Amino acid sequence: MKLVIGIVRPEKTNDVLEALFRCEVRGVSMSRVQGHGGELDRVETYRGTTVQMGLEDKMRFEIAVSDEFVDPTITALCEGARTGEVGDGKIFVLPLERAVRIRTGEMDHDAVTPVGA
Amino acid sequence: MSGVDTGDTAWMLTATALVILMTPALGLFYAGLVREKNTLNTFMMSIAALAVATVTWAAVGYSFAFDEGNGIIGGFGHAFLHDVTFTPRDGTTIPHLVFFAFQASFCIITTALVSGAVVERMRFGAYLAFIALWSVLVYGVLAHWSFGGGWLQENGMLDFAGGVPVEMGSGFSALAAALVVRARKDYGRQALLPHNAVYVVLGAGLLWFGWFGFNGGSGFSTGNASVLAFTNTLLAPASTLVVWFVLDAIRGRKVTAIGAATAIIVGCVLITPAGGFVSPGWAMLLGGLGALPSYAVIVLRPRSRVDETLDVLAAHGVAGFTGILFVGFFAQKAWNGLSDGILYGNADQLLWQGLGALTAPLYAFGMTFLLLKLLGLAMPLRVTESQEAIGLDVIQHGEEAYASGEGAILIRPEEDDGRVKVPVANPI
Repeated sequence: MKLVIGIVRPEKTNDVLEALFRCEVRGVSMSRVQGHGGELDRVETYRGTTVQMGLEDKMRFEIAVSDEFVDPTITALCEGARTGEVGDGKIFVLPLERAVRIRTGEMDHDAVTPVGA
Repeated sequence: MSGVDTGDTAWMLTATALVILMTPALGLFYAGLVREKNTLNTFMMSIAALAVATVTWAAVGYSFAFDEGNGIIGGFGHAFLHDVTFTPRDGTTIPHLVFFAFQASFCIITTALVSGAVVERMRFGAYLAFIALWSVLVYGVLAHWSFGGGWLQENGMLDFAGGVPVEMGSGFSALAAALVVRARKDYGRQALLPHNAVYVVLGAGLLWFGWFGFNGGSGFSTGNASVLAFTNTLLAPASTLVVWFVLDAIRGRKVTAIGAATAIIVGCVLITPAGGFVSPGWAMLLGGLGALPSYAVIVLRPRSRVDETLDVLAAHGVAGFTGILFVGFFAQKAWNGLSDGILYGNADQLLWQGLGALTAPLYAFGMTFLLLKLLGLAMPLRVTESQEAIGLDVIQHGEEAYASGEGAILIRPEEDDGRVKVPVANPI
């Protein structure tokens, strides 16, 4: 059981979701975050004020999966989010202590495995 | 000044300002319909029309439209406002300068309308070049046909406030532009939703407000035609709204706000060619009945592969077509003092309305298609796919519509040497 965190470009969100669904990963949360990943800063000008935008908008996926789904999830994230330019994002895989599916009370492995998989 | 009526002039100055407001209103309407990352670019396409189309109109556009020439196009007699002074233009009681400004506001809004077909992907520079040519070679010519003594007007076609140049001119040009510039990269693959429905409704409301100047001013006076058109501009869109509510409810069981905003535009477009020519009762029928073809096109167009993004064809082209034809049936000499439609025994009127409704779309589509194809040889019309993904606000304007400022670092002008000030990780 792992928690896969993927931070990707917002414009690649749909591609990532498509790739995840294609490999049967269905439990996904995502949120808008701002971050900095080494890309060159964007300079914007508002009237006389010129600013360097240090933070870029990113999408953060959180996907809890059973062990057999970890690699497909990582592959899907990479496939969906890669453009080849700096700023494509990162994937972090964390160990997960417990998981509960609220509707059924299923625990751990069953709770993070898609129904029917 | 001989021949100038102060009351007429006062109203026409006001009407011109009302029509000028329609362009930023359209910008707001369009900006709400696109995705967040293209808000400013979309808005700027309308603002650009205020800039470019005004200048081209003053240079040659007005002359091509309103100078005597042949049946197709005017001459250079009024180029750079030559002979446009305080003396009234023949047939009006307002100074020629006011007439010029009023007609300029028409050219501006019409030019901005076309942008709806190419938002979210067209390069801003290419767009500027395109509208400079379009405002003269498409709008200027069609305005001559309808308003400036061109062949349609000479033969008695009735077009009160621009069903030919404004509505069909923009609508069918939009179709051509969408075909040449081609679809957005995500079109048909992702759900591309309006990002702010409130902008859309507010923009539509302001457009309606401005339209009272647009139609109400097209009699160039405070006379009967203007008064009739003014009131019809209230009645027809209201009828369109009611019918649209019903159509929405039948189709999706819910009445939608963006549908209502669209209905306001469609209703205003419908009454544009007919404003001062049909009775209030017929105006209401036109508003109601005319909703149907536009609604059908709005439902069917997204199922096609043509990414005519903001449905300029449905809202303007189709509704303008309907309105022009409607005049051929329901025009009433008792109300307009000029001519009857076929319903009142004058079949010729319908013939010329039909001819206008056929030729204007052909010219607008063909000329726009040609212009953009030629322009495409000189410069790329679109941004790259990756730029399209990032969004045109940042790419084309270096601004965001909803900048939060979080993480932004101020660059003081005296130390701006173009180099990056904060340490950034080496990207390699």
